[in-house]
Amino acid sequence: MTNTLLFDFTVDKVKKTVYITREFDADLSLVWDAFTKAELIDQWIAPKPMTAKTKYQDFKVGGKRFYAMISPEGQERWAMQEYTSISPKTNFKMYNAFADKDENLELPGSEWDHNFSEGNGTTTVNIAIYNESLERMERILDGFTQGMKMSLSNLENLLATLSKK
Amino acid sequence: MRRDIFQAIADPTRRAIITLIAVQAMTPNAIADNFHITRQAVSKHLRILTECELIKQEYKGREIYYQLEIDKMKEIDKWIEQFRKIWETRFNQLDKVLSTIKKQKK
Repeated sequence: MTNTLLFDFTVDKVKKTVYITREFDADLSLVWDAFTKAELIDQWIAPKPMTAKTKYQDFKVGGKRFYAMISPEGQERWAMQEYTSISPKTNFKMYNAFADKDENLELPGSEWDHNFSEGNGTTTVNIAIYNESLERMERILDGFTQGMKMSLSNLENLLATLSKK
Repeated sequence: MRRDIFQAIADPTRRAIITLIAVQAMTPNAIADNFHITRQAVSKHLRILTECELIKQEYKGREIYYQLEIDKMKEIDKWIEQFRKIWETRFNQLDKVLSTIKKQKK
């Protein structure tokens, strides 16, 4: 794996938008699949030790993906994505909102815009995430860091137990 | 009231206020002298910034001075950095998924 793949992450506080650009060492159709097919998304979208689980997905305009991020303790954080625009292998847009396990949405959510392009054997993905409020993004982050902290304290406990033996 | 930091810095006047007092602590009147808006409007911006804990009041004699909370500004950067790391982790995971699939295809 090369380390020269571009990764750019900027936050425009005025536009309330996060811009992410990343290159991938794979052809466009594979990267497109990795971003749009639930069985592939679930394999990478949750930063370890979190895991992701898609309950159902219907990848078409107006279709939805209902999924959960799961902490190492099994705590589930559900969210709903609704696809608002799809241009195959070029662009797709969606609206993402937190939800409970019964699909009741917690609004407002965020608007996601993905652009895909190919060149010189790599595929570039540009993502723009518009958020109504930073507070909401803070909550996303809290969820992740809590999950990580919990698993770290689990490890500490495990190490403590092992060292007693 | 819990306010959103985005709200604090989304407004151009409030960003200008932050830039001004980043250099030195200033009284509300001295701040207002830099803007072509009413003192009332300036007070409102100062109130929002105070509620967001981006600036704080300090009494020097009879005068109130506003000064920037540098740590709070750093907090924003730290927050962005954490968010960036999450995406970095995700994409590294995706690299692995992609290379696994490519190998399977061969």
